[in-house]
Amino acid sequence: MARIAGVNIPTNKRVLISLRYIYGIGPSNAKVICEQLGIPEDRRVNQLTDEEILKIRELIDREYRVEGDLRRENAMNIKRLMDMACYRGLRHRKGLPVRGQRTHTNARTRKGKAVAIAGKKKVTK
Amino acid sequence: MSRSVWKGPFVDGYLLNKADAARASTRNEIIKIWSRRSTILPQFVGLTFGVYNGKKFIPVQVSENMVGHKFGEFSPTRTFTGHSSDKKAKRG
Repeated sequence: MARIAGVNIPTNKRVLISLRYIYGIGPSNAKVICEQLGIPEDRRVNQLTDEEILKIRELIDREYRVEGDLRRENAMNIKRLMDMACYRGLRHRKGLPVRGQRTHTNARTRKGKAVAIAGKKKVTK
Repeated sequence: MSRSVWKGPFVDGYLLNKADAARASTRNEIIKIWSRRSTILPQFVGLTFGVYNGKKFIPVQVSENMVGHKFGEFSPTRTFTGHSSDKKAKRG
């Protein structure tokens, strides 16, 4: 069990992969971290020495914004848009696509699961 | 794609004159503008603009975190009043 950046406990996977369990560290950041610390790609987390884990922890603390901080920052950015009452803020408030996508069809990720319209007749042949 | 930095922010020139005039006059009047495409500059902060949405002038009090956005973003052009409940559904 390795505890990096607070709550995250990546498993016995490769370091490159398990770092990505941290919110804010994706494929490219994980690669950069491994390269910076000279950790070979096929090393697994349970094969890391305590020293290496400490190094990873320090590097992430120092240079990356992860987990709670990042989530808070993102939420603040959205809140700023909503408080300003600009177009993007309004779209966030309504839970509709923000970047000009069509809403006639699709947009289900933002709108959530489709709700049936009451009383709409099904077309039967 | 975002705009090249070397071009600077896009603003219709006459807005600058209007803003200066409004500053000088001290009366807090709404400055009517049609230029929704213009970027909000730091020197507009504190002024109130009436941004035309095709029908009305929507009053926009410019605050500091609006800088960098366009005027049009604060003046919605479409009204969505919601779907009326289906008449057939009521009858049946």
